[in-house]
Amino acid sequence: MDDMPPTLAETCIVACAESWRGDGEILASAIGVIPRIAAGVARMTFAPDLLVTDGEATLVATPVPVGERETAPVAESWMPFRRVFDTLWSGRRHVLMGAAQVDRYGSTNIASVGGTPQHPTRQLLGMRGAPGNTISHACSFWIPSHRERVFVERVDVVSGAGYDPAMWDAGVNRSFHEVRRIVTNMAVLDFLTPQRTMRVRSLHPGVTLEQVQANTGFPLDVAEDLTVTRLPTDEELVLIRELLDPTGRRNAEVRDA
Amino acid sequence: MDKTLTSQELIAELRDGMVIGIGGWGARRKPMSLVREICRSSVRDLTIVTYGGPDVGMLCAAGKVAHLVFGFVSLDVIPLDPHFRRAREAGLSSVELDEGMLQWGLYAAGLRLPFLPTRAGLATDVQRHNPQISTITSPYPDGEVLLAMPAVELDVAIVHVNEADAAGNCQVLGPDPYFDDRFCMAAKRRYVSCERIVPTEQLSDSGPLQTMLLHRGLVDGVVESRFGAHPTSCAPEYGIDVAHLNEYAAAVEPDAWAAYGERYLSGSDADYLAAVGGEDHLERVPATTF
Repeated sequence: MDDMPPTLAETCIVACAESWRGDGEILASAIGVIPRIAAGVARMTFAPDLLVTDGEATLVATPVPVGERETAPVAESWMPFRRVFDTLWSGRRHVLMGAAQVDRYGSTNIASVGGTPQHPTRQLLGMRGAPGNTISHACSFWIPSHRERVFVERVDVVSGAGYDPAMWDAGVNRSFHEVRRIVTNMAVLDFLTPQRTMRVRSLHPGVTLEQVQANTGFPLDVAEDLTVTRLPTDEELVLIRELLDPTGRRNAEVRDA
Repeated sequence: MDKTLTSQELIAELRDGMVIGIGGWGARRKPMSLVREICRSSVRDLTIVTYGGPDVGMLCAAGKVAHLVFGFVSLDVIPLDPHFRRAREAGLSSVELDEGMLQWGLYAAGLRLPFLPTRAGLATDVQRHNPQISTITSPYPDGEVLLAMPAVELDVAIVHVNEADAAGNCQVLGPDPYFDDRFCMAAKRRYVSCERIVPTEQLSDSGPLQTMLLHRGLVDGVVESRFGAHPTSCAPEYGIDVAHLNEYAAAVEPDAWAAYGERYLSGSDADYLAAVGGEDHLERVPATTF
């Protein structure tokens, strides 16, 4: 099985894992299947100091696979939600989560779409922890389907703070806010431009810049050193396939074109 | 002091228009037997404050909710409660908060403070959609502008725990206390349902001191309710009943909800437990893996 070339899902997992490179001994929170696998990859390879949970209140000594597991993980500490809140407000956390909408400044929406705040056309998850997360520590996002309905000129509700200067009132502390990276099924994007607008940093193998732009509802900046997203190493593939996602749940989220 | 009461006696304490905080988190350790009792009662026009799960959806479907204060409403295994979604898309009055802001508001109420400062909510639509939530400027040299999260005061808090004694000392044996103590501190009247009422000395046998989340000074009434969190989980005793949540989540249209109500809400809680498969079935609902 490990002779099989990397799938798109596996390339995306490693691109997600790269979000945490260099973060040190902080809580890596991962919401969703591919982010969870990605946090495990990072923790077990190039970011061994990361703290990861079992998806509930236990910090685990070894990352757990997604889905059912046969043995109870070894606990290394306790992380109930109240400690998650304390940890995130203290900044010792980097979350990788999803979003229904993202705009050019990295403002994100998981709350609702359309209508008015009191009467949305379509209720989504609600604000959840997005406002506190985004103003307190680095946040990255995983978007399994890169398309214009997601990458919009203006998000309907700003649940996660972006770099849009109009949203930041005088005196509000911006120093802890960072939208680190957005990984999609087509590319890796960041906000390392003078205006902090979205920039293509690497294209997944076989994807063109034109394809990415055509599926984005606003003009994209492009990194001068635009590259191809790196493929998983053999070690990473073994971890993904045998340890972290042995039942292949990653394939339900993103498939090869 | 004996604070034990029946769920009917508890519900008789509730009044129309009250602000009720509900403990637990999503589909985890929700006081569902009390929620069902509210659904069966004549109480109405409630303001509900919670980290929501099927408690919110069920109360919305039963027409009990006039106003909702929430950070999310999720069934965990199903990302969004469809009854809640339907109510919101029909214009249910609500205040949507960041999860941490809600904790802060409850904590402020518990400490009798008008507000607590935070950065959560700034630079997002939480702030813009809620003009009643003000900012405050730090009086210190940093001069930072912070969000002043107002106290969220509750008339009543209801929570579910594993064990309690008759005086109201409560023990949570699962891995997460959620914010149940914050809800109780923020409320004028605090009611607990529990899997078992036990003699006080048994609490120490069941777990270490740190599992004794609520002391009797924070509890006004105790209802014994075995499987009282069903269909949500009550770790380590039983997990989320995914099959039942799917049945509940599918009963959104009026006819389907009426049928759900007829089957599960029309009788007593003993009738409910029988209808969902009886104790033998409930004891076998496996622990939930997240």
